[in-house]
Amino acid sequence: MRHFSRMAWLGLLLASSLAMAQTPYADDATYVGLGGKDGIRKIVDTFIPLVLADPRIKDTFADFDMVQVGARLQEQFCEFAGGPCKYTGKYRDKTMDGVGTVRDMATVHQDMQITNAMFNALTEDLQIAMEQNQVPSRVANKLIAKLAPMQRVIVTK
Amino acid sequence: MKHIIPALIALLACGGAAAQARPDMGKFLATGGVSQVEGAGGGGITPWALISGYGTRDSWGANAHYTRLATQDYKLDSYGMAVGIADRLELSLANQEFKGSLAPLNLLNIKQDILGVKVKVAGDAVHEQDSWMPQVALGILYKRNKGVGGLGALGVSNVKQLGAKDDHGYDYYVAATKILFEQSLLLNGTLRATRANQMGLLGFGGDQGDSMRLMPEVSMAYLVNRKLALGAEYRRKPHNLGVDNEKACYDAFVAWFPSKNFSLTAAYAELGDITIFNPKQQHGLYLSAQAGL
Repeated sequence: MRHFSRMAWLGLLLASSLAMAQTPYADDATYVGLGGKDGIRKIVDTFIPLVLADPRIKDTFADFDMVQVGARLQEQFCEFAGGPCKYTGKYRDKTMDGVGTVRDMATVHQDMQITNAMFNALTEDLQIAMEQNQVPSRVANKLIAKLAPMQRVIVTK
Repeated sequence: MKHIIPALIALLACGGAAAQARPDMGKFLATGGVSQVEGAGGGGITPWALISGYGTRDSWGANAHYTRLATQDYKLDSYGMAVGIADRLELSLANQEFKGSLAPLNLLNIKQDILGVKVKVAGDAVHEQDSWMPQVALGILYKRNKGVGGLGALGVSNVKQLGAKDDHGYDYYVAATKILFEQSLLLNGTLRATRANQMGLLGFGGDQGDSMRLMPEVSMAYLVNRKLALGAEYRRKPHNLGVDNEKACYDAFVAWFPSKNFSLTAAYAELGDITIFNPKQQHGLYLSAQAGL
């Protein structure tokens, strides 16, 4: 009985976390707070050079097509923030086999040996990029709230 | 305590080596908390479920703190260190010194050592933003009162002569902490089983009660930005001593994190009256600095 109730509790936890996972905001307040599509583009334009200059993580992105990554990030931030965008989640891979396999978020990251420290460093760079674009902290934190759970998929080490 | 310190250092050394040689400073700014008044990672007066320092699960972190709380008639100084290993285990050591400044207690001086162990048992306060599950940790604080100075004229040199049953004791606690980025809030609830009088500075147990009592503590902080938090805390305490009409304490604080190597916390703290011989409500400024790697 005790075993059963623990399983039920775990099941409930899992169900609740799955049910809540990665749902964009229903209203567009965060999207507007980020400055809409223009604001998000500026944030990503600040963010990517920060990442590429960050000694903690820059090597991870050495082989990436950063223009494509930037476009995907804009879609994703816009969608999570409740904006009128759709994150396609498809990365055309030009370095692994040269023929352009299309991969999703999980398979892109699965062999990258990303640690928690690297995931957090990337998030910190995003926070700094939002600060530099005068995004109010309470708005920036709303976007972080949507991105932080991706740690489960991205951190594989 | 003399034997505990080398043992602790040895344990830290192998725990640290097991994780990684160098600290990775990999956690988000402020998510190691600050050093609470008994040396554990937390707020000002309450231990939290967060593991002190900035080491992730692949690494470790360490810090030292110095805290001074000055009320109208008393001062409390605390210094110590804490180590967080693999974002799982926290070991802390603190030395408290409580002094009086108003006659006839102007020479009063009570010292106490506190050794803390905390283990994270579930959850992730920072990343699991799509779930209500908080980070949960279990902790133990071993406290050893080193005696009472300045009351020699009364023949008092040990807290037992003030009515305490013991001059050492254990606090056991469970803490649940959640950062809600969507609301820019940090919430914490701690339940502590304790017999300590004024955290142990006046000993453990007494003429009014000697059993472990469960005491709730709560903290709440608004994350103004990445580097600044404003908050308040409330901590219930038992009332075991006839000579000490012990009350709950509470504080309002501002914590500033200019970097992961340094933080400053300032608070206004309300402690209640400490002894029936001085019925004045004690309140004052709490200042704490933490430096770490």
